[in-house]
Amino acid sequence: MMMRTDTIAAIATGLTDSGIGIVRVSGDKAFPVIEKIFRRKDGTPIRLEQSHTVQYGFIFDGEEKLDEVLVLVMKGPHSYTAEDTVEIDCHGGILMMRRILETVLKAGARAAEPGEFTKRAFLNGRIDLSQAEAVIDVINAGNDYALKSSVSQLGGSLSEKIKKLRGEILYQIAYIESALDDPEHISLEGYGDELKAAVERMEGELKRMIDSAEFGRIVSEGVRTVIVGKPNAGKSSLMNVLLGEERAIVTEIAGTTRDILEERIRMGDISLNVADTAGIRDSEDVVEQIGVSRAKSAAAEADLIVYVVDGSVPLDENDKEIIDMIRDKKAVILLNKSDLATVIDSEELAGLTGKTVISVSAKEETGLELFENELKNMFYQGELDFNNQVLITNVRHKEALEDSLESLELVKNSILQKLPEDFYSIDLMNAYARLGSIIGEAVEDDVVNEIFSRFCTGK
Amino acid sequence: MAVLEEYYDIIVVGAGHAGCEAALACARLGLETILFTVSVDSIALMPCNPNVGGSSKGHLVRELDALGGEMGKNIDKTFIQSKMLNESKGPAVHSLRAQADKQEYSREMRKTLENTDRLTIRQAEVSEIVTEDSVISGVKTVSGAFYHGKAVVLATGTYLNARCIFGDVSNYTGPNGLQAANHLTDSLKSHGIQMFRFKTGTPARVDRRSLDFSRMEEQKGDETIVPFSFSTDPDSIQKPQVSCWLTYTNEETHKIIRENLDRSPLFSGAIEGTGPRYCPSIEDKVVKFPDKDRHQIFVEPEGLYTNEMYLAGMSSSLPEDVQHAMYKTVPGLENVKIVRNAYAIEYDCINSLQLKPTLEFKKIKGLFSGGQFNGSSGYEEAAVQGFMAGVNAAMSVLGRDPYVLDRSQAYIGVLIDDLVTKENHEPYRMMTSRAEYRLLLRQDNADLRLRQIGYEIGLVSEKDYQKTLQKKQDIEAEIKRLEHTTVGVHPQVQEFLEKHQSTPLKSGTTLSELIKRPELDYFMLTELDSERPDLSKEAAEQVNINVKYEGYIRRQKQQVEQFKKLEKKRLDTEFDYRQIKGLRIEAVQKLNLYKPVSIGQASRISGVSPADISVLLVYFAKVDINS
Repeated sequence: MMMRTDTIAAIATGLTDSGIGIVRVSGDKAFPVIEKIFRRKDGTPIRLEQSHTVQYGFIFDGEEKLDEVLVLVMKGPHSYTAEDTVEIDCHGGILMMRRILETVLKAGARAAEPGEFTKRAFLNGRIDLSQAEAVIDVINAGNDYALKSSVSQLGGSLSEKIKKLRGEILYQIAYIESALDDPEHISLEGYGDELKAAVERMEGELKRMIDSAEFGRIVSEGVRTVIVGKPNAGKSSLMNVLLGEERAIVTEIAGTTRDILEERIRMGDISLNVADTAGIRDSEDVVEQIGVSRAKSAAAEADLIVYVVDGSVPLDENDKEIIDMIRDKKAVILLNKSDLATVIDSEELAGLTGKTVISVSAKEETGLELFENELKNMFYQGELDFNNQVLITNVRHKEALEDSLESLELVKNSILQKLPEDFYSIDLMNAYARLGSIIGEAVEDDVVNEIFSRFCTGK
Repeated sequence: MAVLEEYYDIIVVGAGHAGCEAALACARLGLETILFTVSVDSIALMPCNPNVGGSSKGHLVRELDALGGEMGKNIDKTFIQSKMLNESKGPAVHSLRAQADKQEYSREMRKTLENTDRLTIRQAEVSEIVTEDSVISGVKTVSGAFYHGKAVVLATGTYLNARCIFGDVSNYTGPNGLQAANHLTDSLKSHGIQMFRFKTGTPARVDRRSLDFSRMEEQKGDETIVPFSFSTDPDSIQKPQVSCWLTYTNEETHKIIRENLDRSPLFSGAIEGTGPRYCPSIEDKVVKFPDKDRHQIFVEPEGLYTNEMYLAGMSSSLPEDVQHAMYKTVPGLENVKIVRNAYAIEYDCINSLQLKPTLEFKKIKGLFSGGQFNGSSGYEEAAVQGFMAGVNAAMSVLGRDPYVLDRSQAYIGVLIDDLVTKENHEPYRMMTSRAEYRLLLRQDNADLRLRQIGYEIGLVSEKDYQKTLQKKQDIEAEIKRLEHTTVGVHPQVQEFLEKHQSTPLKSGTTLSELIKRPELDYFMLTELDSERPDLSKEAAEQVNINVKYEGYIRRQKQQVEQFKKLEKKRLDTEFDYRQIKGLRIEAVQKLNLYKPVSIGQASRISGVSPADISVLLVYFAKVDINS
């Protein structure tokens, strides 16, 4: 039982050089540990300080003065973990944070596992499982919409909806069971039709939630975007404009699941993850370079295709091929080089492709707001209100919803096949349990520990 | 003063359906066993309904038989009508029920007991249990005699401080006016055992000659009788059967009941015990279902030896005169002559949460219990508990591991798990809905599920075991054959399908795919299936169910796997849950009180929420990693 009360420590801020870094220490020995390494003028032991105060002093490794710090003192149970906790605000260099962490560990703390602070908060009754899960979603939220959605889940909008659905399913299960037990007084005549109607109603709700998951993924991860166009259409200059603007934030994500390089462009509330940008930026000859077939397969996986057309030259065979390729896709056509004499009529092009055509000039950086507004229309259908709409942003939740939908589909099938009523409850039970796993009302062993494994250290 | 002193391996208190199974199991496992009863003439008495089995109870009897119990064999010898219930529903809820000749049932069981080696029957009232350092050492009788035993099984049924009541009349007797046992409760209480007071009831018995059957619907037995026991040859029990009769109460009946409710001891408060919700008295039903204008009454013979008939569905504790008046309003009962009137019975039983899943008391080593004493109701519920308590008492004496069936293995497992895990404030009755995995726990496959365990315990013969193994093999081979036998688009096939309103084939398929069609089954396909092996009827039925409902069975098995994950997470029964701060206070209290053996069991304790369970999972997962 020792390990439960042992004292853990980790760097709580990101491992990048920054102004301030925080090393967090939690556990029964948090105060004794810090007292060993923290020195200040009046020498009062930390444990005698009031909770939720800030103390000024220095961290020492033996006799070596490491850094000038502020120490936040939080006494259990009034802390994130509900244990005695100190946070050392130090200077934010990676090296410094690591030195301080090492010193803390030498003084008797243990390096925390990923998610261990939150796990302790959970084990100590501070938060429940779905709150713990929402915490990780908040941490990982990529943009404002994702954040709002996670925060809204933390508040319980999702769980309310799930609870209502589960209540309905439970009612049906209970009805079947009581009819099995007391056929004299509870009749199942015509029940199949009644259940079928109820199941279809619930399926509708589940489908809406699952659909929102696709949208939720776009919100939290960004729009998977492929830029296509003939050589010299201006793809790379457009990319550079988008990336080079002060409103754009660029990160390079070395693909973990795919071996292609992605760059993230943030346009207002929307993130575009542009695939193969390296290719686009290095060379104008993407279509030739990766081949139309490659472009096709990239486009197949994309949420959005941005088709860049050089407005100063007429359409040719290559364009026709691209137009065919994007016909059934979500796509926007950027008619570039509006600064030059245009030979392509944008309305004609729109008629030909069935897509929105926006005139832009990469050179003069015009038309980009129109592009941004169009993206908003395409993906957010106007403004989102998170108080009314449940948005699924978590993959685990989505899978559970899909499983539940599948189970209800099987129930419907059983009804259509006129199977005896007791067969219905098997799949109703499955739907009930899977929905429960979303809100922690049905316990699935694997799920519980998986949730904590998604955390980074320090949280 | 000199007293009689004797030594046994096992002492069984009570010779009802639980006690008989317990004593037989122990003696058959080679242990010197003594069985106490207040009346040798009342061994295996059926003081209430004259039948064995019925919805979900039939499952219990077949499971018990597969494990090596006696009830199934005994009813096969003594039934006078047999019926498979719910045949219009799914195979999970088919349930066998047989009308018993009550005297024959009792006599046959007594004969079996009397002819079992190492089994001693003794007529005496046990008044005390004796322990040394919380370990059982024996029992004492009212006369002061001391019986030493290595393990004791209590199966006192409804006899402890029993009181029979109708109207304002109350008799301090057991059922049927038999002597009650008025001392043992005090001894149990002094050992720290918490007692409850439960109530149950029975309807009137009436004279067959006073009934007009022309006003009732005849209920015949099945044409082909299915035996309860897997060891009984079906051909050996096909015989003429007697009929039961169905009639109904009406508004007139209900009016009389309503007008006299104030004279019912149930409503006046004269009965303090809690009655079974699922086996309600007629006055309960009238109050509970005010919209129902009638309730079923089954009129069932008590045996071939007697004219007495049982009025199933009309138990009551109303005064004698009201009973006469209300029974006479029922069609066919206008001139009814009551032989024995209906009554309620109140008795002491234990809070079964004091038991381990082995049915041993948590507090007293070597003390086991089963049957209505544990707060259940029904002969079948009693018998299976008596059997499991007896087996585990024997295992403890033999130094072998106990046997605990889980909820995915048997209704018996569901029943016992419910008793030792869920708060139970009324007599517990087995019901189909209590079994989550009922499609797997069918009455037709009890042998395939449990014969092996019975064999390992030592109560199933080599011959019976081999028979089950053979059956299993036959079934598996046939299923495989059906999956691999293809059917082409032949005119003969299309004709067959058309004949049965089934869509004609567009391309070839397998026999098993055809069986899965709702309108077809294994038996119908015989004419398309020239290479079909000659299977027993029972094996063929298994093939049909397993192929036809393959998808449902597979999904239920997945549910079981999920369930087993939590069952396998064992908990230390000494653990102090106050150490886990994240648990809610109520959960800590309940967990500390019940000390569940697994996280699975903990999840079924009322007052322990899913959130508490996830706390336990995270907490103990951590222990696993670090220790």
